[in-house]
Amino acid sequence: MSKDKLSLEEVDHVAMLARLGLEPDEREMMREQLSSIIDHISLLQSVDTSAIPPTAQVITLQNQMRSDEVHDSLELDEVMKNAPDSEDGMFKVRAVLE
Amino acid sequence: MPRTVKTACSKYEQFSSSTTFTRGSEVLVSELIHRTAAELRDLLDRGEISAADVAEAHLERVEAVESHVNAFITVTGDIARKQARAADQRIKDGSAGPMTGIPVGLKDILCTIDAPTTAGSRILEGYVSPYDSSVVARLREQDALFIGKTNTDEFAMGSSTEHSAYKFTSNPWKLDHVPGGSSGGSAACVAANEVSISLGSDTGGSIRQPAGFCGVVGLKPTYGRVSRFGLMAFASSLDQIGPFSRTVEDSALMLGAISGKDPNDSTSVDTPVPDYRSALNGDLTGLRIGVADEYQIEGMDPRVEQSVKTAIAELERMGAEIVPISLPHTEHALATYYIIAPAEASANLARFDGVKYGLSLTQDNLLDTYLETRGKGFGAEVKRRVMLGTYALSSGYYDAYYVQAQKVRTLIKRDFDQAFENVDVIAAPTSPTVSFQKGARTDDPMQMYLSDVFTIPANMAGIPGVAIPCGYVDDLPVSMQFMGRAFDEATILRVAHAYEQNTDWHKARPPLDEAIAASAGN
Repeated sequence: MSKDKLSLEEVDHVAMLARLGLEPDEREMMREQLSSIIDHISLLQSVDTSAIPPTAQVITLQNQMRSDEVHDSLELDEVMKNAPDSEDGMFKVRAVLE
Repeated sequence: MPRTVKTACSKYEQFSSSTTFTRGSEVLVSELIHRTAAELRDLLDRGEISAADVAEAHLERVEAVESHVNAFITVTGDIARKQARAADQRIKDGSAGPMTGIPVGLKDILCTIDAPTTAGSRILEGYVSPYDSSVVARLREQDALFIGKTNTDEFAMGSSTEHSAYKFTSNPWKLDHVPGGSSGGSAACVAANEVSISLGSDTGGSIRQPAGFCGVVGLKPTYGRVSRFGLMAFASSLDQIGPFSRTVEDSALMLGAISGKDPNDSTSVDTPVPDYRSALNGDLTGLRIGVADEYQIEGMDPRVEQSVKTAIAELERMGAEIVPISLPHTEHALATYYIIAPAEASANLARFDGVKYGLSLTQDNLLDTYLETRGKGFGAEVKRRVMLGTYALSSGYYDAYYVQAQKVRTLIKRDFDQAFENVDVIAAPTSPTVSFQKGARTDDPMQMYLSDVFTIPANMAGIPGVAIPCGYVDDLPVSMQFMGRAFDEATILRVAHAYEQNTDWHKARPPLDEAIAASAGN
């Protein structure tokens, strides 16, 4: 599935999905460098995996449960001390809907 | 008596524990920086030195060399001195643990409640976590001495520590060379005798590769052996915390101190933690060591290849049986890694949004705040990987890239499962080359990624690997690694220790003091 170089539109699309603001020169650099990396990782397409299940993680543990006990949480002040902006113990952000 | 091997490093300052220190003699505080953690433990427990002495000796060393090495983002001398007082009390009370009073460096991606944790990123400048990572909490409980938080590639993404937003760390062997990465600071501070042990994290080689470049021991434990709670996540199915040290014994001690089930990490496994130090018996008789052709690749430095071959021959002389094996999917490991790790990273780094913590560049609306904060807060390599991961997970490409990579991961793991039916340990080079000059690979990401071609497979399979020095090329350390079965760190440590005790490579120290003196003379 080796393909032609990414288009700038594709770079912009992926950057928006990732919520990354890119400068104009970064867009060009991303286009070049990602295209070359994607070229390399596309080599995987040649491996026959038709009968192979995917591995998401390597340990055999499943469904780790804990007893349903009440524990103290972190102090709210401690958690909020790194917040760029907060009010009444809540994170403050710009309006999402006008 | 260990046999000595003629080494290319005899011109360097060598340190032999039997000649400079004898029991009962007065111990020079400045000399403590040369002691291993195991030796410091004995001296502390016998009351011949205090933890305060240990702290002062190492903080003085940091003062003397740090402007040249730049291993630390934050030096935490006040914390170390406070811990030293508590450690001395604990030793007096007879309640000392293995790490009480031992000077350690912590990769600056491990959360600490009393010092900033930046992950080498501007987006977390000044961030102080509301909780300790579990490994840090364990060391703190024992009153280990926290000397500082070590430099790292931003969010552990890199192989040279040049992607740190804060500083370039130097390789103590040659100051214009890189220490490797991403845990370059943790490797350099051990090699420069600023601490006796440090912790790093290894997602695709980030402990073993810098350990190799800096000529120290670096251990990546089995996935699930050590709790990842409070380790800022890069690729959650691959990340694992482990130690750096100047001897195998010290890494064995640290592994024992940080291993085990943690209720805060549901991927930590509840399997018994053996006494790793007691496994170091020097005996390789009958042990089967696998060597795979797939670890000889184009572009490899032939002198590195030769050093590793010589080391394997040495292991055979010591009684091990060398068994040719095949790991046929090794050639696909790098491509598999550069899909899976960025995909997981793109999800993990979504949390840095300028709302809850870290840098926030507020714009007129929330979307623009995200774009601006993340665009300015992340460096080039992190952006590259977030883009790559987002691309591999995006609609239309998910099956072709991400799912296909997960399937190839299965094949890589099966290679190891089959090999370990027939051998106990696999020996391989740690990296295809020795350390390179700063700036040599920063413009070519693919070239940088190739540094990890031999270390990535162990992360894919979740198995443990330990890197140890096995020679010198151009006055820079060469390293080999031993990979083992899942949760069988004891065996790879036994092999590494037996080899170390039979050779002198680990006794060579970098010519750092000479380099600093020379630069002062200019």
